[in-house]
Amino acid sequence: MEHMSSLYSAALRMTRNPADAEDLVQETYLKAYRGFGGFEEGTNLKAWLYRILTNTYINTYRAKQRRPEQTDLAEVEDLYLYRRLGGLEAARSGRSAEDELMDLLTEGEVKAAIEALPENFRMAVLLADVEGFSYKEIAEIMEIPIGTVMSRLHRGRKALEKLLYEFAVSRRLTERTPDPAT
Amino acid sequence: MTPDDAPLKPQCQEALHEIYHLLAGEIDDAKRAQITAHLDECTPCAEPYDFYAELRRCVQERCRDTAPPGLIARIAAALDHEPH
Repeated sequence: MEHMSSLYSAALRMTRNPADAEDLVQETYLKAYRGFGGFEEGTNLKAWLYRILTNTYINTYRAKQRRPEQTDLAEVEDLYLYRRLGGLEAARSGRSAEDELMDLLTEGEVKAAIEALPENFRMAVLLADVEGFSYKEIAEIMEIPIGTVMSRLHRGRKALEKLLYEFAVSRRLTERTPDPAT
Repeated sequence: MTPDDAPLKPQCQEALHEIYHLLAGEIDDAKRAQITAHLDECTPCAEPYDFYAELRRCVQERCRDTAPPGLIARIAAALDHEPH
């Protein structure tokens, strides 16, 4: 059960609730055990488990969620978040950009931003940028064409940048803007 | 100096446009080599690239939950009840 924690994390982002996430993971393992969909030796076990997870979520849990999707998906320009937060990179304070981003974006904020993405975008972003699946694997997991994967990723990533920025602003952390002189 | 200050060269435009695909490992080798070479010599492009690399790491770190011990036990028990 080596993939259980990552499946559970993904299940939490999908269902947005621990009880449903636990049930979803359990159901995934039971279906996997029963050979749901047929696992072929030599293929990617993790991707196959995620395919079962995604399928089960869509067929079982999505129907009962019915939460309105309210994210504004108006076009967001390239480098949206960098242009607004990139100046915070701490060449000035001698800290790494990673530490700086980790300070800016708390665990709760990153999770909430992902969970606020409209579902189709959320699944694509989760699989690509959190779980690290290839676009081809995501196409197989979600059972959609690769072009659809890419367009969902394009919009989902931008929407995520916007949500992350809104969280950062709401905590007023962006007051630490760079010196105008630089 | 930021990419805002001057009109972007085509190499910059391409590199910036491909940041997410590059980070996701979804660029073929020839193009990857070309973009990486550009990033090595162009600070205004290297900065956003580094920023998005850190963002990717940050999001991954922040989204790591641990399966509750009770769940592991529950699944093990459920699997025991399955016909072998």
